[in-house]
Amino acid sequence: MVENRPFLGFLTHLVLIAGVIVVAFPVYVAIIAMTHTDVTLNSGAPLLPGAELISNLIAVWTFDPPGAPPFWLMVWNSTLMALIIMVGKIAISIISAYAIVYFRFPFRTLAFWIIFITLMLPVEVRIIPTYEVVANLGMLNSYAGLTIPLIASATATFLFRQFFMTIPDEMMEAARVDGAGPLKFFRDILLPLSRTNIAALCIILFIYGWVQYLWPLLVTTREEHFTLMMGVRQMAGAQEVDPQWNLIMTAVVLAMLPPVLIVIAMQRLFVKGLVETEK
Amino acid sequence: METKRTVFPNKLLPYLFVAPQLVITLVFFIWPATQAVKSSFERTDPFGFSTQFVGITHYIRLFQDPLYLNSVGRTVVFAVAVTAISMGLALLFAAAVSRLVRSSQFYTTLLVWPYAVAPVVAGILWWFLFNSSTGILPYMLRYFGVVWNANLNGTHAMILVIIAAAWKQISYNFLFFLAGMQSVPHSLTEAAAIDGAGPLKRFWTIVFPLLSPTTFFLFIVNINYVMFDTFGIIAATTNGGPNQATNILVYKVYSDGFIGLNIGSSSAQSVVLMLFVIALTFIQFRYVERRVNY
Repeated sequence: MVENRPFLGFLTHLVLIAGVIVVAFPVYVAIIAMTHTDVTLNSGAPLLPGAELISNLIAVWTFDPPGAPPFWLMVWNSTLMALIIMVGKIAISIISAYAIVYFRFPFRTLAFWIIFITLMLPVEVRIIPTYEVVANLGMLNSYAGLTIPLIASATATFLFRQFFMTIPDEMMEAARVDGAGPLKFFRDILLPLSRTNIAALCIILFIYGWVQYLWPLLVTTREEHFTLMMGVRQMAGAQEVDPQWNLIMTAVVLAMLPPVLIVIAMQRLFVKGLVETEK
Repeated sequence: METKRTVFPNKLLPYLFVAPQLVITLVFFIWPATQAVKSSFERTDPFGFSTQFVGITHYIRLFQDPLYLNSVGRTVVFAVAVTAISMGLALLFAAAVSRLVRSSQFYTTLLVWPYAVAPVVAGILWWFLFNSSTGILPYMLRYFGVVWNANLNGTHAMILVIIAAAWKQISYNFLFFLAGMQSVPHSLTEAAAIDGAGPLKRFWTIVFPLLSPTTFFLFIVNINYVMFDTFGIIAATTNGGPNQATNILVYKVYSDGFIGLNIGSSSAQSVVLMLFVIALTFIQFRYVERRVNY
């Protein structure tokens, strides 16, 4: 800070405290709703915690919501989907960046541009034909269908390419003089050097996989492959008849907890991943 | 495009390395996109027996369809409001946090986590708050004489989805603004302070202009977010209603094509959106390329 202005300092804190309250408010209300019965919630939402937290948690974990599979199965599906997408995106991006940076081969530039094009074609603009491709390949209602079509990643490829370009040429030359082939160089030098980048990307990509909604909605019709996001949507949608807000909000809070905890626990890495991949 | 000074001599290996990425891209991205373009020029009879080329009929119909034009209008309102609110608040918070030394980390942690909240979840959270029978906010609004009902009132529904979408995006914008502000050299603001410029004047004449690359980048990213990533918010709250009031383009493509099974029109809508993303990506990369470092 350049100069001491007590009033401005006070105002700064005031703005931030107000901001934090506004940002946290919906989640606060949801957490409060987790601790009440549906009867209390339907007679007007309370602002102070009640005593029903444990029973709501038990109810959600054992409850089989109408039109959706048991809660634990959806947690499992979401976790598996997010992890497969995370690992898959990193694996195929790091090897394609390696090929593009450390090899010269015909159509190299073409390959780069094809990967680049994925940025311009989000799922939302090609819903039906992509669904048809997945259906023709027999991948509806499978983990393969849920994950493989989302695994291509231009941003991760660009990040690794950018990073590989900053690694001194001497590193690879020295490795070759010592007799290392391309696979050994990749495994013993490039992978260890990329550790931080991989870790940062893991956070961003896990969240990406966890929050997917449209894609699982398209490719799963059977309940056993429903993800958590579909499940909470389903529960909230069934509300008009029999509002059990206590259970919905418990499920919603549980559904948002894993990625939020990851962001808070690994904030530095998360910020690095976010700012570097997107730029 | 550059490579390393020396490269590995293998001929087959690089193809094996790029193959997985290329196969997925061709099968699940490029091929479906060409199919969308193709079927936007075709009409298939209801039983799928024959397909005929109909030229730009679908496009002409689309731009004469009042429902589509309504959707375009709603999308513009939605996009402008979400971008303005989330970028404005994020800029304010980032400016405040960058003034602090000891507690900046603390506030940053409390402001960034909504990034990890899924759009569907964000939608449900705000839907619960604004629920006309049990929500807290309608209860408070009653004191101001507002009878809140997002199920029936289109304006209320639009306000709801705007708030939910903006809320989720603040943390992202905040992080980028903060990173941008931290890279503004201290010597500049200190020199201005010595010359007698107050904090507000320093912000508007030094920090904000130097942030312009970040602001522009965020503007593009936010438009992209509002156009495509808000599907979950709409799907979890209003489903495009009431009476088309929140039927933004991305939701309409889905509901016309996947639920209404109007393939021709949905494909034409897809192609229009595709051209829009291509234009955005083009602008973003042209610009970022020139101004990576400032």
